[in-house]
Amino acid sequence: MDLSAILISMGGMGGIGLIFATGLAIANKKLHVEEDPRIAQINDVLPGANCGGCGFAGCMNFAENVVKGNAPLNGCPVGGVGTANEIAKILGVEVEAGEPLKARVLCQGGLNEMAIKGEYLGLKSCVAAHISGGAMKLCEWGCLGFGDCVSACMFDAIYMNENRLPVVIEDKCVGCGKCAEACPRNIIEMHPISHRVFVKCRNQDAGKYSRLVCTRACIGCGICVREAGENMMYLENGLAHFNYEKWGNKADLPTQKCPNHVLVSLDEEGTT
Amino acid sequence: MKLRTFKKGIHLNEYKEFSQDKKIEKLPLPQRVYIPLQQHIGAPCEPLVKKGETVKTGQMIGRSSAYVSAPIHASITGEVKAIDKFPHPLGMRVEMIHIERTSEDDEWEYLPIPKNWEKMPRVEVIKLINDAGIVGMGGAGFPTHVKLNPPPDKKIDSFILNGVECEPYLTSDHRLMVEYTDQILKGMHIIMSLLNVKNGYIGIENNKPDAIEIMSQRVNDLGYPYQVVPLEVKYPQGAEKLLIKSVLNRNVPVGGLPMDVGVVVNNVATAKAVADAVLKGIPLIERVTTVTGDGIINPKNVLTRIGTPFSDLIDFCGGLKDETTMVFMGGPMMGQAQYDLSIPIIKAAGGIVCNTSKMVKMVEHYPCIRCGACVDACPMYLLPTRLAKLTEHKKYEEADKLGIQTCIECGSCAFSCPAHIPLVQWIRVGKMRVSELKLKQKVS
Repeated sequence: MDLSAILISMGGMGGIGLIFATGLAIANKKLHVEEDPRIAQINDVLPGANCGGCGFAGCMNFAENVVKGNAPLNGCPVGGVGTANEIAKILGVEVEAGEPLKARVLCQGGLNEMAIKGEYLGLKSCVAAHISGGAMKLCEWGCLGFGDCVSACMFDAIYMNENRLPVVIEDKCVGCGKCAEACPRNIIEMHPISHRVFVKCRNQDAGKYSRLVCTRACIGCGICVREAGENMMYLENGLAHFNYEKWGNKADLPTQKCPNHVLVSLDEEGTT
Repeated sequence: MKLRTFKKGIHLNEYKEFSQDKKIEKLPLPQRVYIPLQQHIGAPCEPLVKKGETVKTGQMIGRSSAYVSAPIHASITGEVKAIDKFPHPLGMRVEMIHIERTSEDDEWEYLPIPKNWEKMPRVEVIKLINDAGIVGMGGAGFPTHVKLNPPPDKKIDSFILNGVECEPYLTSDHRLMVEYTDQILKGMHIIMSLLNVKNGYIGIENNKPDAIEIMSQRVNDLGYPYQVVPLEVKYPQGAEKLLIKSVLNRNVPVGGLPMDVGVVVNNVATAKAVADAVLKGIPLIERVTTVTGDGIINPKNVLTRIGTPFSDLIDFCGGLKDETTMVFMGGPMMGQAQYDLSIPIIKAAGGIVCNTSKMVKMVEHYPCIRCGACVDACPMYLLPTRLAKLTEHKKYEEADKLGIQTCIECGSCAFSCPAHIPLVQWIRVGKMRVSELKLKQKVS
């Protein structure tokens, strides 16, 4: 083989390469965009799930907004305290200790407890059932049981149990709040992990009627409010609520006398 | 002669034979009525009576200060037993006024009416129609006084009286046209004078030859310049926008109202109610409802007071057959299945359809096979399968771009879908989400 052919092709290719390299080098200098290096650093420490739980369009967007000061340091619910600390280190500031949030299902009216009003042949979707009269469930406040929250969860942290109620796996829940958003009846609420007792019902009907629709409905009798004290708990629209600011992290139930066992302590049950 | 109609749509079995030849019968006064505070599109009424008060038939018992709203009236003489939540035909419980009849008497309280309405200022006649609580009785329940008072920049040149009744089974409008012809035509005359329009059309589907005949004849006898337009039998011919297309060949723009093309449409029952209110001072407290279907022993067209429980009407018609599995309010296409027969007749309830298991099929739905049957059926020229899929995948902005908000929820797509996909239900979810999204954008 002719040696010159090799030399020509090597020289030619090398020459073209050199021209492009020079062009790129000039472009790099001319078109240089000043980007805060911290954005890339923060993006690296974020979980990268792009879940949108922070309210921004993905992790990169969140990182940009943190640097601009539009987002809180502990705004990433998935990364939690660890990520917040790392972001704080990159930005050189102190972080306020944020508590991880967990999804809590505030309904106990599954197949065994609820009253049924008829057969439902429509779409197996909670929101569709909700706007067309509430499927087969008589209770207008309770869980519809088609699992919109399950399909909204990107971390496999919710499943439907055999009683057709969603169960949150506390260890897997990252607190992004997608399930709470998906629920048309607002049965799922986001709570700091230190909240251990809940009124597991959303029914605001009068006691006589709520007793009819579900065996685990809050009937608004107010016995818990009397036992716990006015400032610890309160009744609103016939439904008991905890005043968590006063109640704090106590895990014991205020009373065992709740007639429908609506008050639930997580530490007793062991699940969500 | 080729009959006028619109493009697309579907042909359905009529099932009108159950009740189309049955004369309207008057239901005996019910023992109790439940009157919902909201029976119209717009702001709900505030109750004007208290528990324990006695009310007369026709007395106003609730109204709202909002413009788009219609007051409600007591439909029997009796005592207010409760103002509480009761089951509503739409599947939830809403605030209603429960009145229990106390005596055999039916004491009336009429609206103050003028000796000659034609000499009265237009505004006052419209106020009278508002006070009578008249809403569109074809199904949507839009307050009539709002329709009769179009903004000054909209020039109205035509009025269409809707006697189409395209839903299967229902025959209440049909019977009304045959038996209350003069009253309907008088109502139409009042509406047209109020709107100051010259061109009046009466759209009737060709499956009601007796109604077409008697309406044409009475129009001639009374010397009205109206035109009776027989229409091809097709669903959803009775939808306002499609009726305008059929009769006048005008297209209502996307997101627009009939008044944008200079047309107002009213149902025949609404026209009758207008005549009752203006000429006799009777507020809207009764309507004709068809109780029909293969699940009822004796199908009938019944003149009933608003608020009468379904069970009273069903008993009046001989009761349900043993094998009846489903009871609808409204027609089978756009009506809603009911779970409780204590629910009351509302102003927009054109019928109660009771079906046996022979007619009600339980179907499972399968994946879309991309046949396009729904696209062929959609009278609004939408792509139902695509809109449903976009909603399923939460792409609401794209669904909005494809015109999801123009869907009239007629159900033609779901009816023609060979895979039985509940397309309308998906689209309803999508419509709700798109409006939420728009509201959010407006706020921010």
